[in-house]
Amino acid sequence: MKHTISVIVENRPGVLSRVSGLFSRRGFNIESLAVGVTEDPNFSRMTIVVEGDEQDLEQITKQLYKLIDTLKIFDLPAEKSIASELVLIKVAANDKTRPEITQIVEIFHARIVDVAEGSVTIELTGETAKVEGAIKLLTKFGIKELVRTGKIALLRDSVA
Amino acid sequence: MTGAQALLEALKIEGVETIFGYPGGVVLPLYDTLFFDKRIKHVLVRHEQGAAHAADSYARATGKVGVCLATSGPGATNLVTGIANAFMDSIPMVAITGQVATPLLGRDSFQEADITGITLPITKHNYLVKKVEDLPRIIKEAFHIARSGRPGPVLIDIPKDIFTNQLEFKYPDKVDIPSYKPKYDGHPKQIAMAVKAIAAAKKPVIYAGGGVILSGASKELFELAEKCRIPVTTTLMGKGAFPETHELSLGMLGMHGTVYANYAVTECDLLIAIGARFDDRVTGHIARFAPNAKILHLDIDPAEIGKNVRVNIPIVGDVRRILKVLVEKVDKKDQHAQWLDQVAEWKSKYPLAYRAEGGIKPQAVIELINELTRDRETIITTEVGQNQMWAAQFYKATKPRSFITSGGLGTMGFGLPAAIGAQFGRPTALVIDIAGDGSIQMNIQELTTAVNNRLPIKIIVLDNCFLGMVRQWQELIYDKHYSHTQLCNNPDLVKVAEAYGAVGIRVTSPDEVRPALEKALSINDRPVLLDIVVAKEENVFPFVPPGQAINEMIID
Repeated sequence: MKHTISVIVENRPGVLSRVSGLFSRRGFNIESLAVGVTEDPNFSRMTIVVEGDEQDLEQITKQLYKLIDTLKIFDLPAEKSIASELVLIKVAANDKTRPEITQIVEIFHARIVDVAEGSVTIELTGETAKVEGAIKLLTKFGIKELVRTGKIALLRDSVA
Repeated sequence: MTGAQALLEALKIEGVETIFGYPGGVVLPLYDTLFFDKRIKHVLVRHEQGAAHAADSYARATGKVGVCLATSGPGATNLVTGIANAFMDSIPMVAITGQVATPLLGRDSFQEADITGITLPITKHNYLVKKVEDLPRIIKEAFHIARSGRPGPVLIDIPKDIFTNQLEFKYPDKVDIPSYKPKYDGHPKQIAMAVKAIAAAKKPVIYAGGGVILSGASKELFELAEKCRIPVTTTLMGKGAFPETHELSLGMLGMHGTVYANYAVTECDLLIAIGARFDDRVTGHIARFAPNAKILHLDIDPAEIGKNVRVNIPIVGDVRRILKVLVEKVDKKDQHAQWLDQVAEWKSKYPLAYRAEGGIKPQAVIELINELTRDRETIITTEVGQNQMWAAQFYKATKPRSFITSGGLGTMGFGLPAAIGAQFGRPTALVIDIAGDGSIQMNIQELTTAVNNRLPIKIIVLDNCFLGMVRQWQELIYDKHYSHTQLCNNPDLVKVAEAYGAVGIRVTSPDEVRPALEKALSINDRPVLLDIVVAKEENVFPFVPPGQAINEMIID
């Protein structure tokens, strides 16, 4: 099962390698990881998607807390959080396929950020399922390059 | 003042009296400062690994933070085994390494090694000092982190220019790390549940680990055991946490544990784990470990709860504080006489035993050491392997911090530098390193350190011309294929001892053992090495073969 956790850490050099090193040496797989500074510049927030059962999640959380630089960890279950990721997709395109691609872009509320002779580059944000749906539809045109930020998420205040 | 002066000043404020180290290029400015500042005793070792083990053992013997010091690159990497050793056994230690000057960092400079990167998984925390103004705060934090919560080693990597840069020295009074606040008091609700479980138990057993010693909880453990009449087994790290001469003591459990400890744990209905971490050498086949028991787990580290076994009642906090409350609150009417009778029966039926005939028996040597040192403040250090297990089985530790051994990492070569560290920490104690002919050579160079400091440590080499424990496994599991475990071309250890300026004595027959030990004990101005030629193919029993449950022992 996939879990999304949010880890607040001291914003210091080396913290990322402490966290990622912990995952690899304890045998946990990181599906995605996104890091950036929080509202307080002394701290960074890491949003980590990790595969494992409940027990794994408990052990990951406890081990992360042991790192001196870890301030707080939140589990972000899908129903209680708002999650999004950003993806840039460079799709092969020609005069024939461009209209169909444009249509898909509109349906997904994405946007085209670059157009060239043989390709268009699409910027898309949204939940993982939406991103993957778009990628699936675009695959047939030929995806030349793709980059994803990994998921970022926050707890919803509206759900107790 | 300079960074180097600030470092020494800070160490002084932290109460450091002795450090173990070895000089080198980038730490020259620090050694120059040490040349003039005699307030801290620097013990010159002969290999940085020796410094790390000595500092580690100094901490184990005294309860204070041990400090070791090395230069950059190879000096720092030579500390690595010692740091890992301290990490696995949760020993408070501060390792200080020199680093190439800040402008040279990351350029593969001469003797540059990324020691903070290398030690990431084997330190509780580590620091690379980039500005001299940060030095006082970092040292303060390092000592705080090393000794608080679950203790562990902290490394501080200091570039050469930091030692010479000037700062206005002001040592912080307080540590403020918002992300590090260990929890010391057990939750009252959990404690109440524990009280109930203890009262209801018909077959309780206490399983005490190194955490009892680290938190200084021996007295409270003793009170709990006596008040509730609960038998106590200890791990290797817990030896000495409970007097092994006491009627409630079951000795050590696990792979080479006593039959009665392993039976009691397998049969018990309540297992009270205190400052222990359910290591595989303790549990054997994990699914069949204490299968009928409710598990009550007291530990300062929340990550230990449920890591290896399911726990029914966890209590997170300092085990001494928890035990204090527990002892006060428990009221055990049922003193489970039947269970104690059962345990007593196992004890008398399956005592630790060995066959007396057939040359010098290593077990007999340990028993004799036990007899001859009973009335003295004694610290046993060990190497790793059969020597360690015989020592653990036959030496009856009665006090905490009296049995110092490499538990988690299992580091051969630990015992001799550990004896040195322990002797510096407790100058009046009688310090004995129980060694094998394999491990003693892994840090034999530290004999120089012992001789130069006139340390009267005793090194008892149980010499069987084998890498004994590995040979034992080869005998029992690999059809006696003694692949690369015969050490018969060892040097003459008596001559080696003499070459270093120590006393060397060879013992070849059983009747020479006692006089040789007595002679060794009477020498007070230098180390003595006894090369005791023991039965070559003696095995450590009981033995739980790997993968078996702990009640499935080979007894002989």
